[in-house]
Amino acid sequence: MERDDIIEYSLDAHHSEEEGKKIRKKIWITTLILTVITIVEIFIGVKFPRTAVSENIWFGIKLFYIGLTIVKAGYIVMVFMHLGDERKWLRWVILAPYALFVLYLIFICLTEGVYVNWTLETFQ
Amino acid sequence: MAGHATKQIDQATLWGGKGSPFSVSYGKLMMWFFLVSDALTFGGLLTAYGFHRHAYTGDWPSSEQVFTHFPFTHAHLPLLYVALMTFILIVSSVTMVLAVEAGHRMDKKGVVKWLGLTVVGGIIFLGSQAWEWSTFLAGPNGIFWEFGPDGDNATLWYNSFAPMRDATGALMYDEHGYVMLGAPGPQHYGMFFFFITGFHGFHVFSGVIINIIVLIQVIQGVYHKRGHYEMVEKAGLYWHFVDLVWVFVFTFFYLL
Repeated sequence: MERDDIIEYSLDAHHSEEEGKKIRKKIWITTLILTVITIVEIFIGVKFPRTAVSENIWFGIKLFYIGLTIVKAGYIVMVFMHLGDERKWLRWVILAPYALFVLYLIFICLTEGVYVNWTLETFQ
Repeated sequence: MAGHATKQIDQATLWGGKGSPFSVSYGKLMMWFFLVSDALTFGGLLTAYGFHRHAYTGDWPSSEQVFTHFPFTHAHLPLLYVALMTFILIVSSVTMVLAVEAGHRMDKKGVVKWLGLTVVGGIIFLGSQAWEWSTFLAGPNGIFWEFGPDGDNATLWYNSFAPMRDATGALMYDEHGYVMLGAPGPQHYGMFFFFITGFHGFHVFSGVIINIIVLIQVIQGVYHKRGHYEMVEKAGLYWHFVDLVWVFVFTFFYLL
């Protein structure tokens, strides 16, 4: 079905052989980064499980894990899902509402969780 | 921007802003919106898990020490199997993005090769998860209902991953200096574990089905005739999303 009244944005993504080479190089570099991060996480997980370290060290490791996870997620979304190559407005329309809801949800649920814990500890 | 240069659009069909501000096709934009809603579902589930974990007053299972098995060996290998599953999913994500790249060059053979490998990777991941679940439920140490200090089974209702304490309430350590597991853990742990990894596995399953359908259409030459391989890109978005969710599931269930 050919319709000539629609701008075919689908065709904008086409690229040449040389551009493809550059893109493939970027893909392999990203693969390497993701693999290295996973290996680091596993190494720390095996060497320093939660029960083998002190509370303070565990808190640091926890933040480290979450940081690495967000870096990994960033690479997947920006490079593999090509969101980094899309227009600025599309990027914001996808990321801003999600961040707004999820950050608030995390904040309120974890805060309430801690208070429920205190209540149970006090009155149970 | 081939589309802009070659197509003359009559003024009646254009909206006031001329081209779309997003500069993507309808299908791709809707796929992104769907992924945002799906990500909210997973975000809600993982946050609920975080709530219960913070609210629980007893000992929570030590995640790194929960799954210690590996096929064809009885050695104690914490995290290694899950690491392998993560790696399989990352690699299948890479083959998917290579399929998309081949599609942008209208390279049908390349798309078939890389998309085929993606399907294989997805099936291997599903098989790995089936093995993990069956090992959890049945366990190498016994049959379905055998629990206790030596059992390492988990069901929806019971798991034995909480740290053991002696009569005085102090934690018990093994010869490597790690806390010994074996006390009954919270039911929430098993419920969230099986629900969230199961929900993710279901997403992988539907992703594999979508990829197979797209692969058949690529082989039939449907997209080559259409002039672009955007359907591969849209299926790819969904597939990368599945990988993205696993990155978070991996962190919150196996590392933290």
